[in-house]
Amino acid sequence: MGAGHRHALYVHEHSAVHGLPAHVKVVATFAFTVVVATTPATDVVAFVGLAAVLVVVTHLARVPFGFLLPRLAVVTPFLLAAALLPFVASGPRVEVFGIAVAVEGVRGGFGLAARAVLGAGASLLLVATTEVPDLLRGLERLRVPTLLTQIAAFMIRYLEVIAGEVGRQRTAMTARGYDPRWLWQLRPLAAGLGTLFIRSYERGERVHSAMRARGFTGHMPRTVVERDAVRADWLLALALPLTAVVVRVATSLTGVSEALR
Amino acid sequence: MSQTPPPALELADVHFRYPDGTPALAGIDLRVEAGERVALVGPNGAGKTTIALHTNGLLRTEAGEVRVSGITLRPETLREIRQRVGFVFQDAEDQLFMPTVGEDVAFGPANHGLRGAELEARVEAALATLEVGHLADRAPHHLSGGERRRVAIATVLALRPDVLVLDEPSAGLDPASRRELITTLAGLDVAQLLVTHDLPMVRELCPRTVLVDGGRVVTDGATSEILADEELLAAHRLELPYGLPGRA
Repeated sequence: MGAGHRHALYVHEHSAVHGLPAHVKVVATFAFTVVVATTPATDVVAFVGLAAVLVVVTHLARVPFGFLLPRLAVVTPFLLAAALLPFVASGPRVEVFGIAVAVEGVRGGFGLAARAVLGAGASLLLVATTEVPDLLRGLERLRVPTLLTQIAAFMIRYLEVIAGEVGRQRTAMTARGYDPRWLWQLRPLAAGLGTLFIRSYERGERVHSAMRARGFTGHMPRTVVERDAVRADWLLALALPLTAVVVRVATSLTGVSEALR
Repeated sequence: MSQTPPPALELADVHFRYPDGTPALAGIDLRVEAGERVALVGPNGAGKTTIALHTNGLLRTEAGEVRVSGITLRPETLREIRQRVGFVFQDAEDQLFMPTVGEDVAFGPANHGLRGAELEARVEAALATLEVGHLADRAPHHLSGGERRRVAIATVLALRPDVLVLDEPSAGLDPASRRELITTLAGLDVAQLLVTHDLPMVRELCPRTVLVDGGRVVTDGATSEILADEELLAAHRLELPYGLPGRA
């Protein structure tokens, strides 16, 4: 078994951010993301300011930038779309290094890229400082239906088990000389998927039996005593979106962004 | 009330056939006294797991009766029976479904109404008995086979059962983990029904053995006598490992 027992996006630390109750962090992250999403694409200074706020929180959380930055690669498809916008958008064009690009496209592209990076960065920071069980309980406290959080919990719990089965099945196929190169060779793989589905279904039944054997009657019981959020927790966590609001309002009031346009 | 306590587990003339009509049990009689350890052995397909699944009502008997500490298994008593029978499944992967070990151990007692400090104390005690307290915050799928088995036992021990029913508890364990398991089971003060093919473990742990085949009890007696009867074992596709004392 692997040495680590935490999920791949989690950074084990004892920072103030790690110590906050999960639901407080979820609210703060969501609020920050709303500020990011409502910042106009043209407000370059605000985006820089928001990025700076996120950098400070990342530093406070003792999450290494070397850890966070590679994982931001998840937004690459958005960045590619953003990079295309200046060339495909219509409207007045300007020459940049001898290439004509649409002004609206540049603005839209920048806005899309900045929002994607900042939104993903905030979410990554949330999961880097919160373990999955805490996160799910946090969502439950925020009145997310328990049916949904339970489905997520079971999915996460059994994902590795099923991935292991897929791996063993592939190995068994390869061991007997199966090496698909063409589309018409995919039949065994499809049959394997069918088997896997049935196995997972049967496992589901066995897990359900195991739950009934310990008194399960349809409702998940409360199994942990959680720490309640105190005022200080909320103040600390909401400092993130509040600072973001201040940055955003300040740039639009002072008109720095207008000046740069 | 009589002086002797009722048997921890009692199956009386239990019949069962699977939904497709396959007969599985043809009149099983089985008793496990309070605090007693009994082995349930037999070839593959003999009905061992089917018997085990009847002990806490996971399968419904077609005819016959199941009693746990004198309480007859009925829809009204199902909940209590499930608290009194601790069922440890063959594949711990099926048994451990909560995000952390601690929550998994809490699952059973929480279903039976325990909350707060009382629940925490129960969980801690169960983890301590199995010496797995340090694993409380770990995810079950990141444990070794031996750890998983111990945690699985802790999850049912937290219910304070009258009888533990263990399906193939030593399967897939390395020799050291198997040894630890045997020591643990020997130290638990609760009646146990061990469903297994591991005859050396049976010889160590269980003074009494019940041999089943074809959905019937073939013999029920002293382990030393049954395991010494090579002909009987061979007739039911069992044998002691080669080279072990007691084997010709």
